[in-house]
Amino acid sequence: MPSEPPTPHTVKSFDEEIDELRTLVSQMGGLAEVQIASAIDALIRRDGELGLKVAEADAELDRLEGEAEAMAVSIIARRAPMADDLRELVAALKISAIIERIGDYAKNIGKRASSMAASAPVQPVAIIPEMGRLVASMLKDALDAYVERDARLAIDVMMRDTQVDDLYNSLFRSLLTYMMENPHHITSSAHLLFIAKNLERIGDHATNIAEMVHFQVTGQHLVERPKADQTPLYTDPAPKP
Amino acid sequence: MNETAGLAHAPRLASNAGPKMSARDVHVFYGTTEALKGVSLDITTDEVIAFIGPSGCGKSTFLRCFNRMNDTVASARVTGTITLEGEDVYAPTMDVVQLRARVGMVFQKPNPFPKSIYENIAYGPRIHGLARSRSELDGIVENALQRAGLWTEVRDRLDEPGTALSGGQQQRLCIARAIAVDPEVILMDEPCSALDPIATAKVEELIDELRGRYAIVIVTHNMQQAARISQKTAFFHLGDLVEFGDTRQIFTNPRETRTKDYITGRYG
Repeated sequence: MPSEPPTPHTVKSFDEEIDELRTLVSQMGGLAEVQIASAIDALIRRDGELGLKVAEADAELDRLEGEAEAMAVSIIARRAPMADDLRELVAALKISAIIERIGDYAKNIGKRASSMAASAPVQPVAIIPEMGRLVASMLKDALDAYVERDARLAIDVMMRDTQVDDLYNSLFRSLLTYMMENPHHITSSAHLLFIAKNLERIGDHATNIAEMVHFQVTGQHLVERPKADQTPLYTDPAPKP
Repeated sequence: MNETAGLAHAPRLASNAGPKMSARDVHVFYGTTEALKGVSLDITTDEVIAFIGPSGCGKSTFLRCFNRMNDTVASARVTGTITLEGEDVYAPTMDVVQLRARVGMVFQKPNPFPKSIYENIAYGPRIHGLARSRSELDGIVENALQRAGLWTEVRDRLDEPGTALSGGQQQRLCIARAIAVDPEVILMDEPCSALDPIATAKVEELIDELRGRYAIVIVTHNMQQAARISQKTAFFHLGDLVEFGDTRQIFTNPRETRTKDYITGRYG
């Protein structure tokens, strides 16, 4: 449920500047969504060229983040924002940094997709599109929550992160088996493992955006969400007798 | 940096337990106009309280209730209770001159007496009989000027008129004058609004050093100032106390929409 747009400021240019910053952050988010989708596309269609294009396009996100940061710092310096305005600025700063980071993961997926296109296909790749759709929808909803100032949608996004973690856990297990069965798959499987990890991290970052939106709208930080990534606990299978 | 810091934070003999002053359901009328509509609030010694709100919200009116400065306004009528250490300040037996020594005030425009720097400080202690000898009075004057962070600037020119000082120095002289009679509470009504940023910073630093020794209440239109120097903030609007809470909370996450709209510049 989107919250009411705040009452306008007496000084109109303040509202204009905040709107401009919000537009910039949303624009970054849209670009990151496209980057994730293209990177996965490159992987599935084994399109090495597209993968490299994704990697190149990341520079634009870096540039926009610099722009958003400069704009936020300038507003803070000149307007000395308070209360929800202050939270708005802090959220914009943090969210733009998170989106930039998401862009880095998409770039990495693009590069790996390009490398994988040159070798034989690996079968567990089939689980990636679903993971990709999940994290892309989390990112999209986190950004919608930002645009609409919707704390409830933000909470909804946070709740979905465990699904991504579950998929990652299951992919991790199948890749281990896959690699053990045939050592020729190890290079591609390792790439795929990193790609899955990158998607899992994007899910975490979308969750962080949702947390920032929740803080911005309500002034309250949410308590720690559950973590479902179990892979740090995995060990080698017991040696056969 | 400041030789007075230790002194300023030295605990007073009086216990800090309980509020220094309490206001309960205070209404103020100017003729038939109700300027303050039933406000209750406690003032403690360990915190600086800032009163904020748009012009005409009642914050200065309320401030002036604490040492009965509203008595000087013929049409003003105050109802409700205000106590100082449990004693009703509006009781007929209350000596108003004595009250104003215990609850001192600093005004928006520095108002030194047209006398020497020394006399500006010495006047109060003398009429209240706080010094038995010239040397004791000298000590009180030096002490007050030191606590106001002004001593090193004026020690060699105590005979010069107070009005010859800069605006910021005059304001600190007025604070020193309030301190000289060893008050329990200091009320400040926009003490920095006529000062430049450097003089303002010095007064703010002084307020910070005086905190803990005196209960301090400051009315300010400068939101940043309230955020910088107070531990508690009270927001007034149209004669109501809308919100009173920790300064940190008020300025990051106010509970009331009216408070938020005011501090973020959306009021009206």
